[in-house]
Amino acid sequence: MAVISNGTTLMDAGAISIAVGSMTLIKTLTASNSATLSFVDGASGVILDNTYKTYIFKFHEIHPSSNDAEFTVNFRDGETAYDATKTTTAFRSYHFEGDDSGLGYQQSNDLAQSTAIQKIGQLQSANDNDSCGGGEMKLYNPSNTTYVKHFQSRYSHHYTNSSPGQIDNFISGYANVTAAVDGVQFKFDSGNISTGQIKLYGIGE
Amino acid sequence: MAIISNAVTMADAGAFSVGLGSMTHIKTLTVTATNVTTMTLINGASSVVLDDTYPIYIFEFVNIHSVVDDRNFTINFTADGTNFNVAKTGTNIRADHQENGGSGALAYRENGDFAQVTGAVPFGEASDGNADNCLGGRLILFNPSSTTFVKHFTHEITNNANYTDASGKAEACHVAGYCNTTSAITGFQLAAGGNALNGTIKLYGLKDS
Repeated sequence: MAVISNGTTLMDAGAISIAVGSMTLIKTLTASNSATLSFVDGASGVILDNTYKTYIFKFHEIHPSSNDAEFTVNFRDGETAYDATKTTTAFRSYHFEGDDSGLGYQQSNDLAQSTAIQKIGQLQSANDNDSCGGGEMKLYNPSNTTYVKHFQSRYSHHYTNSSPGQIDNFISGYANVTAAVDGVQFKFDSGNISTGQIKLYGIGE
Repeated sequence: MAIISNAVTMADAGAFSVGLGSMTHIKTLTVTATNVTTMTLINGASSVVLDDTYPIYIFEFVNIHSVVDDRNFTINFTADGTNFNVAKTGTNIRADHQENGGSGALAYRENGDFAQVTGAVPFGEASDGNADNCLGGRLILFNPSSTTFVKHFTHEITNNANYTDASGKAEACHVAGYCNTTSAITGFQLAAGGNALNGTIKLYGLKDS
């Protein structure tokens, strides 16, 4: 049965007939002194497969439990370990509260065919209760089994309390695997994620 | 007829009354052939909308693959639906890092920027025909239907470029520029130096309200 309102067909043949939004919230994970926040296809309502070609992770008020911890990501490619081989670039701009500023490539944060965690942020403060980070990461076509898997993140955060300020991190690269990526894990390189949320969206047709 | 569920009016007067999201899918263009040299989206053709329906358009690029070695990806725009020759001025910065660990750097690219160029302009650096190489990213085009202002665009892409004489590398390109015309922009084109390419471009519109 079609649903027609004021002469406009709103729903028919099992589908909504007018254009609806293409950015779909899939899953929200909320940290509570969590060692990791992991999105695994098929677990806890997470979709990370060929349903969407582009996935976006949004970071909200990410706060570490340990001082000078750095926010990271890694990918799993068919097994349970988060160890996909990655080659990446890293640069950042910064402006500290003391007025020091700059722009530059970050060789300490890029990877060359490494299975290690990828840093997407730099030193964050646990001591400052109002210190946190926000941003997003896009992941392109993780279920594809022909091509490498590209990702881009931009993560802006309050820098460590020893030199407080703002830092804007740009990471781009690829998981150099043709196996499907079916899991993404976020954590700090030391300590836990004290508080914060990560929301996963799919960009559909 | 109104549709009311749990005392909430879901639809009435020919429209949904609840939020449906502001990002609307318009068109998916997928090329799988190995002999196609351009990927083109033109307003009014093949159900493409690129007019005053939306103030902002987003192009998503997924698994864009160059069939031929060492061909730069390029983009261009049209104001007449046929000729891709709009004058463009823009900036280009790039970070790159080779798989062998070399060449980690960030730089402004004078050979990648453009000043009143009517030809195609750089989108991503040389890619090769390795079976698993591709490009991903997003281009945002602001208010292409305006006949008062120039048309700004930004794009951020990530590419695993290979040179024929070097190892593979990750490349992040950040470009911002404008089509220096007050004519409406009605079409977009992606190419690979006249050689074959394939992949998927998805076009979305962002609603004004």
